[in-house]
Amino acid sequence: MKGNEAVAEAAIRAGCDGYFGYPITPQSEIMEYLMTMKPYETTGMVVLQAESEVASINMLYGGGGTGKMVMTSSSSPGISLMQEGLSYMAGAELPALLVNVVRGGPGLGTIQPSQGDYFQAVKGGGHGDYKIIVLAPASVQEMADFAKLGFELAFKYRMPTMILSDGAIGQMMEKVELFDPIPRRTEAEVLTQCPWAATGKPKNRDHIVITSLDLDPAGQERLNLRLQAKYRQIEKEEVRYEMISCEDAEYIFVAFGLSARICQKSINLARSKGIKVGLFRPITLYPFPVNQIAELAKKVKGMLVVEMNAGQMIEDVRLAADCSLKIEHYGRFGGIIPAPDEVVKAMEKQIIGG
Amino acid sequence: MEEQFAKLDIRKDENIVYKRTDLLIDRPLSYCPGCGHGVVHRLLMETIEEMGIQDKTIGISPVGCSVLAYDFMNIDMLGAAHGRAPALATAIKRMWPDRFVFTYQGDGDLAAIGTAETIHVCNRGEHFTMIFINNGIYGMTGGQMAPTTLPNMRSSTCPYGRDTNIMGFPLKMTELVAQLPGTYYVTRQAVHTPSSVRKAKKAIRKAFENQKNNTGISFIEVVSNCNSGWKMTPVQSNKWMEEHMFPFFPLGDIKVDGKMVEQKETVTKE
Repeated sequence: MKGNEAVAEAAIRAGCDGYFGYPITPQSEIMEYLMTMKPYETTGMVVLQAESEVASINMLYGGGGTGKMVMTSSSSPGISLMQEGLSYMAGAELPALLVNVVRGGPGLGTIQPSQGDYFQAVKGGGHGDYKIIVLAPASVQEMADFAKLGFELAFKYRMPTMILSDGAIGQMMEKVELFDPIPRRTEAEVLTQCPWAATGKPKNRDHIVITSLDLDPAGQERLNLRLQAKYRQIEKEEVRYEMISCEDAEYIFVAFGLSARICQKSINLARSKGIKVGLFRPITLYPFPVNQIAELAKKVKGMLVVEMNAGQMIEDVRLAADCSLKIEHYGRFGGIIPAPDEVVKAMEKQIIGG
Repeated sequence: MEEQFAKLDIRKDENIVYKRTDLLIDRPLSYCPGCGHGVVHRLLMETIEEMGIQDKTIGISPVGCSVLAYDFMNIDMLGAAHGRAPALATAIKRMWPDRFVFTYQGDGDLAAIGTAETIHVCNRGEHFTMIFINNGIYGMTGGQMAPTTLPNMRSSTCPYGRDTNIMGFPLKMTELVAQLPGTYYVTRQAVHTPSSVRKAKKAIRKAFENQKNNTGISFIEVVSNCNSGWKMTPVQSNKWMEEHMFPFFPLGDIKVDGKMVEQKETVTKE
């Protein structure tokens, strides 16, 4: 199935309570799949086409604030519109799953795949000091798996989680092994699992207020300190990555998502030429695998960061490696996908020969 | 004072005709003295108490003067981003269909930045209650022009009066949403006299009762004063409201039980 269909099917199976979205290429299949499957007649999951991405993200705020498992999906321009709502949800500590099937930008850009939203996703595209967990799938299988994982992490840490995909992974078809459906939580389960949620005040507890507002600066600082403590815990416990052929590697590709898939081919091409190359693939872009890259940097001669953008993740790779070795960027953008052989050439020219 | 009162012989159950609802939290209001917000808060909380639905009610506060409404309403609440309360309410009501859900918004929130959300929930026919406080001005930010500021009315961003040639016209959002198929009950009320308070409370009760039958949006505009923003005393502002706001925003039901009410000719002052 398509990547977009896989994430939609996985959301139903993960026990999602509500999807709210607005059509945009190249991810419209997600809502189309949901509307075709009619989960509102089977699991009871709500599927609603909203009037805008702004409305969609605020529907997530409402749903998440009442303890429900809610999600949206969009592509780059639509995700830009959601940034205010994301900031509010981070401030109010609400769980939700977002899928960004990235297309080329800036502006209306193109409908072709890109990785140009790395900064926005990882550094916080909205206002204020906040983070969201960012998962970068490199296959249709991971589109499905990360829907479930994304919900788990969102509820574990009470914060929005984003699947940062791209137009190619959303559109490409691969075989997928789907996990068994998990029943949606009952009302009683939501009430016990989410005691923080606004669900209607019984006599025996205080009223619950979901907000990101605290006009008292001391209170707002306390909220920020709590958020930062949560982020430090996530950085310690939730880093995920994959290493391919790194054991004997002298040079390393660092790439996520679709770029990592391309680099897997490039490894074989390079090794057939006698160049010992490996791949380091961050799976969580936030939290970023800082320590693992730092360790790797001690063992190899150079790293090429391959991205479908003008150089975004390379900043985090250089920071992690503390500029202790040669790290360069190779990127194609505006909807162009680099070919495996041009990536090898870039490695030869920029890192080995450079 | 409370102690002295408690000792009085007069304080017997049969003599008590009115008491503050327990659903209003006993703390100083953040609203200016003379403002209508406090009255509407009370009417809402009384209605929820009388219906016995505190444990089933979820409210949504806006951005504006009533951003802290949850400090006074003893029910579960969510504070929305500016203009987005109807989007929150949509998701909440759809996923908690047995809950009573209401939004509480001002004119800037509902009729300017949140226009799209307002129109679309009223067109989709979501099953919740919308309370719209219209005082023709941005109160919290210091008295700027609102979408409902009257022609020639002064504000800090139209200090010489609203020139409709340059600044456009005030928006009659309530008449507008009444045209949409998803609204079931649309009414315009006030809370500046005892009789108007009683009428407004009846309207709020009706709006909440409608939620039991999933009839669509019940939309209550309350034309209110902003004595601070209008730079008047509370009494002056209520008089000004009667003389200027009511002719442009006439009180009364616009749509009842899904049917448009025949409009009486309203006297407008030129």
